[in-house]
Amino acid sequence: MIRTSLLIVAKLDLWQLFHMEQLPYKAILSEKEWGIGSMIIFDQVTKIYEGKGHSVKALQNVDLQVKKGEIYGVIGFSGAGKSSLIRCVNALERPSSGRVIVDGKNLLQLTAKEVREAKRNIGMIFQHFNLLHSKTVFTNVAMPLLVAKRPKEEVRKRVLELLAFVGLEDKANSYPDQLSGGQKQRVGIARALVTNPKVLLCDEATSALDPETTKAILQLLKQVNQAYGVTILMITHEMSAIREICDQVAVLDQGKIVESGSVFQVFSKPKTAIAAKFVRSVMNDHIPESIYALLREQREDRHIYRIVFVGNSAGEPLLSQVAKTYTVDVNILYGSITELQGIPFGNLIVQFSGAEKEMKRALLHIHQQKVTVKEVLADVS
Amino acid sequence: MLVNQEQLLQAIWETVVMVGVSLIFSFFIGLVLGVLLVVTRKGHLLENQIIFTILNAGINIFRSIPFIILMVAVIPFTRLIVGTSIGTAAAIVPMILFAGPYIARLIENSLLEVDQGVIEAAQAMGATPWQIMTRFLLPEALSSLLLGITIATIGLVGASAMAGAVGGGGLGDLAITYGYQRFDTVVMLLTVGILIIMVQGLQSLGNYLARRVRRR
Ligand SMILES: Nc1ncnc2c1ncn2[C@@H]1O[C@H](COP(=O)(O)OP(=O)(O)O)[C@@H](O)[C@H]1O
Ligand SMILES: [Mg+2]
Repeated sequence: MIRTSLLIVAKLDLWQLFHMEQLPYKAILSEKEWGIGSMIIFDQVTKIYEGKGHSVKALQNVDLQVKKGEIYGVIGFSGAGKSSLIRCVNALERPSSGRVIVDGKNLLQLTAKEVREAKRNIGMIFQHFNLLHSKTVFTNVAMPLLVAKRPKEEVRKRVLELLAFVGLEDKANSYPDQLSGGQKQRVGIARALVTNPKVLLCDEATSALDPETTKAILQLLKQVNQAYGVTILMITHEMSAIREICDQVAVLDQGKIVESGSVFQVFSKPKTAIAAKFVRSVMNDHIPESIYALLREQREDRHIYRIVFVGNSAGEPLLSQVAKTYTVDVNILYGSITELQGIPFGNLIVQFSGAEKEMKRALLHIHQQKVTVKEVLADVS
Repeated sequence: MLVNQEQLLQAIWETVVMVGVSLIFSFFIGLVLGVLLVVTRKGHLLENQIIFTILNAGINIFRSIPFIILMVAVIPFTRLIVGTSIGTAAAIVPMILFAGPYIARLIENSLLEVDQGVIEAAQAMGATPWQIMTRFLLPEALSSLLLGITIATIGLVGASAMAGAVGGGGLGDLAITYGYQRFDTVVMLLTVGILIIMVQGLQSLGNYLARRVRRR
């Protein structure tokens, strides 16, 4: 029977797990298939910075597709090439080879005038906000429209609408230096959205903010995505930002995408060591010392496993089912739970004891549910 | 005192005219050259190695010539433009050639101080190079630019006094011809005093204006 020291019962949402199985990141698709539903497509993008005597390969054969309406996160350590990647989207940087297609257009094949127009379809926010200190909040937000020479009345209406959206109606006549970091980023977001773009690029948008403000800004971005249907590509070195709002994630390491998939997939089954490292930075799954002590005196008829669950709390709990069906004792030694996009993401350390044969059958049953089960024994020492 | 009030006022007026007129011209020359120096450099809006190299070297050459020598060296050019090589109008020509390249450097400096991120944001929103310069860089640099212009104006006050020594008129002329050559200590102290007040006043005005546009 179950002796639950911790009552974490997670339902296995089978449907969800099956659909988590995304295409492998190197999937070869025809160009036609590629385009369907995609907002941003990176096709074998390489970026080399030529320096005196040496050159830096910032991006190497990057393939990536961001679907319409999605929030796509790219994570990597400093110097991995994240900024280079995002700057290729709005032609701030020119790929050395390969191409980037945004909303069906390759910016590098357009005339200068067409490029400027296309850029109005791509908003961008920055780590250090990049606001004009000499202009009011109102003028800062209005800038993209002023540059596009829109009529005054339209500008006024649109700016006020966006200031209301980001919650800064009362700051229209303030100057950026009178605002807090979070407020400055709100101005940045309002400015980026004022031309009604389909795409929003975020270059470390929350990296200069404290955790509280970061949360609020991320929620605002989520709202941007939902209210305006804006496709968001964000780059960051913080896994918490990815966990908070992204649908898809790619891991960039030394200019290469080493892993990509849905946030669920990467968080539950990171394939590379670097992805696992990022996941561990936010998923509190360090096993307490007391449990390690238990593990060291492991006996033949006892096995300890780590089980990772994804799903919501309603429905039939897997462990109780196992305990009922097989003659094994299930003892939850440790459990932690993290929320991933409003869905609980459980991490259990479980001890099974009983006859070898029964334990094997129980495990097989669990494996069939497509939960990730790992014997933690190997982790010890 | 060997100088009457009328002569003194006349000298002050001549100095103001020399400084004012040469400032206007050298400001426009400096603005154009300074902006070009910034945008043609490597990796900037309108990168152009050739223009940059020529401008950069040319400005350095002009700036390395002492004003007193510049004044003499450009006499043929001055004569060509104003028809004479002596007097207030003639002094203005070398003053412009002196201050123009100087102001170009000051403007270059102010523009380079503007955060690179501002250009990035402007480019991301599809601004043209002209818009980036006029709507983003120059307004952002305005405060620092005003301080630079103040320094240049004070430099011109000094240059005008030197120009006076070779017949340009103004306070410098007065100080040399009466104060120095005729040993009139009162005139000497008076002109120096007026110059000090001018410089102080200009610096305070510059600081005030720079502070007003700064808003931080
Ligand atoms: N303009 C540039 N010129 C030369 N090297 C650059 C330039 N921009 C970036 N790099 C180099 O490219 C690599 C990737 O940089 P970047 O894209 O900024 O990474 P990240 O944003 O992930 O920190 C780094 O090694 C960086 O030094
Ligand atoms: Mg970066």
